[in-house]
Amino acid sequence: MEKKAGINTVETAAKYVFTVCAVIAILAVCSITFYMIAKGTPAFASVGVPELLFGTEWKPTAEDAKYGILYIILSSIAGTGVSVLLGVPIALLTAVFLTEVSNKNLAAIVQPAIELLAAIPSVIYGLLGLMLLNPVMYRLEKLIFAASETHQFTGGSNMLSAILVLSVMILPTVVNVSASSIRAVSKDLRAASLALGASRIQTIFKVTIPAAKSGIMTGVVLGIGRALGEAMAINMVAGGAVNLPLPFNSVRFLTTQLVSEMGYAEGTHRQVLFAVGLVLYVFIMAVNLTLQKMRKGALDDES
Amino acid sequence: MKKNSGLKKKAVICAAALAMLGGLAGCGSSGAGAAASGDGKGASALSGKISLAGSTSMEKLCEAMSESFMEKYPDVTVTVEYTGSSSGIESLIQGSTDIGNASRNLKDGEKEKGAVENIVAIDGIAVITDKDNSVRDLTADQLKDIYTGVITNWSELGGADEAIVVIGREAASGTRGAFEELLEVEDSCKYAQELDSTGGVLAKTASTPGAIGYVSLDAVDDSVTSISLNCVSASEENIVSGDYQLSRPFVMATIGGIEEQNELVKTWFSYIESEEGQSVVSGVGLILPQ
Repeated sequence: MEKKAGINTVETAAKYVFTVCAVIAILAVCSITFYMIAKGTPAFASVGVPELLFGTEWKPTAEDAKYGILYIILSSIAGTGVSVLLGVPIALLTAVFLTEVSNKNLAAIVQPAIELLAAIPSVIYGLLGLMLLNPVMYRLEKLIFAASETHQFTGGSNMLSAILVLSVMILPTVVNVSASSIRAVSKDLRAASLALGASRIQTIFKVTIPAAKSGIMTGVVLGIGRALGEAMAINMVAGGAVNLPLPFNSVRFLTTQLVSEMGYAEGTHRQVLFAVGLVLYVFIMAVNLTLQKMRKGALDDES
Repeated sequence: MKKNSGLKKKAVICAAALAMLGGLAGCGSSGAGAAASGDGKGASALSGKISLAGSTSMEKLCEAMSESFMEKYPDVTVTVEYTGSSSGIESLIQGSTDIGNASRNLKDGEKEKGAVENIVAIDGIAVITDKDNSVRDLTADQLKDIYTGVITNWSELGGADEAIVVIGREAASGTRGAFEELLEVEDSCKYAQELDSTGGVLAKTASTPGAIGYVSLDAVDDSVTSISLNCVSASEENIVSGDYQLSRPFVMATIGGIEEQNELVKTWFSYIESEEGQSVVSGVGLILPQ
């Protein structure tokens, strides 16, 4: 009898501990959301929604201050989009290689290498981009724009550098998630396909990948999230001037906008930076909600 | 036991009070000897915390100054946060710091809110290029044209046929504000790169062929060439004499004048003005205000 009571106490206590832990996470999400909305919305009122979101001039310290962040939003979208377009095919084929093509010994080398890639801090990616990529970019820039009279030379710190660094950075996320979902595809499917006379490559592209589709999409969305939220590496390679996101322009992303100006900003300028944070937050939330919806859809498909 | 320690405390307090009274009486009545002993006591007995916040450009100065200050007054802790000029003055006005550091003159809005400007040093802004650049001198107008995008190639300035990569600081940086204001190119600059630190500007300028940038005079090192402006080189003598155009004050702002501050802050400022403090200022490559 006494023993049973003891167990019951442990059970109840554990239940409360778990509940408190869960509440902490919920509280964090709610307070961040509340804080971002509370801090981010005043700028929309004081600057004006169209001026802020669709203005192209960023001159926060001018006498007649301009707070247009359209180019910054476009840079974030274009940078993330193109780096995902570049990175995902490479990542997907790597995942296929790891799970379907390579022998075990090779996979035992490649798999940890990719996991290490995920563990490298973004500032290291930035540093490598700065030291290796930017000089190459500058040489390319000089070749391409040798005859141009209007192009402003950026010294290689440009959109393209940011995109290349980002596409490498999203590789591990996409590879790992895709590989595990390809591994989860039932052996029977592959066997059936091969038995019907399909070649190995046909099986991979017509059977295995379509069957692992929802897992791969999850990896892609996680990759988008990573690229969208990256700040440090981009800050080091992208140049940081507010420009239209063309490949050889110096650009600024939503994240780097916050990183580089928050320290010194005051008044409306500071408010607008919070609004930039809110825009970024909305993007990230949209990406994650898509992810959750897709997962739910995948579950429904299976059942 | 408890009672005993309480008594002890009381005794200590009484002794301290008596000592203070004695010190006061001594100061009032007799001459130099007593005053000197009083000074000595002040130096060792002074304790507490002084907080500074503001300009990142003032980091070298503040680190050196607080270090030597705390050596003389070991019981005083000086904390400095490098949050940027504007946010430093902001925290001063909000009362979360004793002293607000700004690497520029205070704005009218800041003065209206009670901030008082105490200039402790003068800093020069050096214009730098990469080592391989053959151009050594620019006129102020040429520099303006470079930063506003009128001149885009060094060959237009007698240098090699190399595109000019215009490097600057992010909006709201104290250095950028000072540079643009001193050169009268506020908000019309066309930057190829906006970097968010002095070190970043130095590193990028050094590593990019054809780059031009600006940093605090004391940050200039051997990795870059400092170029002269209107044939006046960026040197201490030229800044003190007022010949060099790109210089700015380092301000340690307080709410109300120095005489209205608490004992700690007063001591801080009198330390800066002392010989020791002044040698710290010149030791970090800054210029003493006249």
